[in-house]
Amino acid sequence: MSLNIRKKSSEKALVSYRKITKSFGDRTVLKELDLDIYPGEKIALIGPSGSGKTTIARLLMTLEKPTSGTIEVGGEMLWHMPHKGKLAPANEKHLHRVRSKIGMVFQHFNLFPHMTILRNVTEALVHVLKMSKSEADERAMRMLERVGLQEHTKHYPSQLSGGQKQRVAIARALVMQPSVMLFDEVTSALDPELVGEVLDVIKGIASQGDMAMILITHEMDFARDVADRVLFTDGGIIVEEGTPEQIFENPRSPRLQTFLSRFLHGNSDGKMASRVAAGEEQ
Amino acid sequence: MWDWEYVEYILPRLLEVIPTALAAALAGFALACLLGLPIALARRSRSKWIAIPMTAVTEFIRSTPLLIQLFVLVFVFPLSFGLTLSPFVAGVIGLGVHYSTYLSEVYRSGIEAVPKGQWEASVALNFGKVHTWTRIVLPQSIPPTVPVMGNYLITMFKETPTLSAITVAELLMTAKILGSASFKYVEAFTLVGVIFFLLSYPSALLVRMLERWMQRSERSTTIR
Repeated sequence: MSLNIRKKSSEKALVSYRKITKSFGDRTVLKELDLDIYPGEKIALIGPSGSGKTTIARLLMTLEKPTSGTIEVGGEMLWHMPHKGKLAPANEKHLHRVRSKIGMVFQHFNLFPHMTILRNVTEALVHVLKMSKSEADERAMRMLERVGLQEHTKHYPSQLSGGQKQRVAIARALVMQPSVMLFDEVTSALDPELVGEVLDVIKGIASQGDMAMILITHEMDFARDVADRVLFTDGGIIVEEGTPEQIFENPRSPRLQTFLSRFLHGNSDGKMASRVAAGEEQ
Repeated sequence: MWDWEYVEYILPRLLEVIPTALAAALAGFALACLLGLPIALARRSRSKWIAIPMTAVTEFIRSTPLLIQLFVLVFVFPLSFGLTLSPFVAGVIGLGVHYSTYLSEVYRSGIEAVPKGQWEASVALNFGKVHTWTRIVLPQSIPPTVPVMGNYLITMFKETPTLSAITVAELLMTAKILGSASFKYVEAFTLVGVIFFLLSYPSALLVRMLERWMQRSERSTTIR
């Protein structure tokens, strides 16, 4: 693969999926997936709906349990723990510890509607990290400033627009300083005119942080701008991966080519079409 | 037919026992609220050893008449367990336990109405189980149930005449005693009916107002 990716593989992976299979009843959504994510790496997951990309994130956030396979986070098994020299299913205490390295932002924000914006952000600082209230408030305020919402701290989520809500959700996850952050289609539920403000916040975080990010997205331009590596999933496997240039300008597999062409036709401004065309000429 | 003088005579005696009926209903309701939540949680438990017996017990209580349960409390308990309860205390326990099985269903519906995303956000923020329940799920699931709870309180108040069967001196019992002394049952029972109506109907209107107010305040905060 690319130079960029080969260079990274000499480092120790932060997250490693090994032969991960996930089935819901008869339906297998992930088939023996292997995936390494390196510290600070920004990964975009693209692919048709139901291709398993959201499940990849949900397994890491411990919202779903793998049917088989293992996931390692920072050198520790996530879903398993050593017990009498063997691997046993992880207990709640173990999950709690490993989970502290992971954060997630959801498609539907999932803010706590009965808490103010400030409390949405401080709740985990105070009750999970056991920070004092004043320290938590201070840290939350700084984070809310960073996403441009310092004026809304006393409001309730229902008083904000979708884009503002999602920025609060980002601040709430970010303030916990995870090593890897999952963004699960965070703009899919937003009105088109609000998508930009959320993507800008994420771009800002990506450019400053040494935090690894997994971006599940249908925003191809965004994936191209932010990601170090793009993975295309379809039918429960990673069909193709590479740098944004490789994926968007020289897609090799027919499935990826079909997928991208559907986006070109969907894009009325034809931005993507011109980019792909330019890439092919080079 | 209708003797106003007699009405004047018995009315104060009936009004006198209203507090007993109200106290029985309120204390029973408080007990039902307290028991209903643990029942709802136990029935949702992932452990079969907790969920199945709790379901069996609550379904049994709900499917048998309150009157029989009251008789068990008053007549069986003293003989079998040496536990003698005053009629009022037995009445409160009977009402409370019986209606806790209904209120547990109200709690359950409230809990199930909390979106899945709230649980998932709690996992993502690494909250423990207790914190997720006490700070995230229950604060969102209980307020919407308040109107339904209010209706159950009114229902329980109307159920207090059942307690006359275990000699709690509530309205019906008092009316029966007064009536049997003068054979003027029409006045006595009519007054009891009127008293129940005058207390229950405004309360029901109040609950309905509360419900509408809650819906309105919810709407006014979502649209902005």
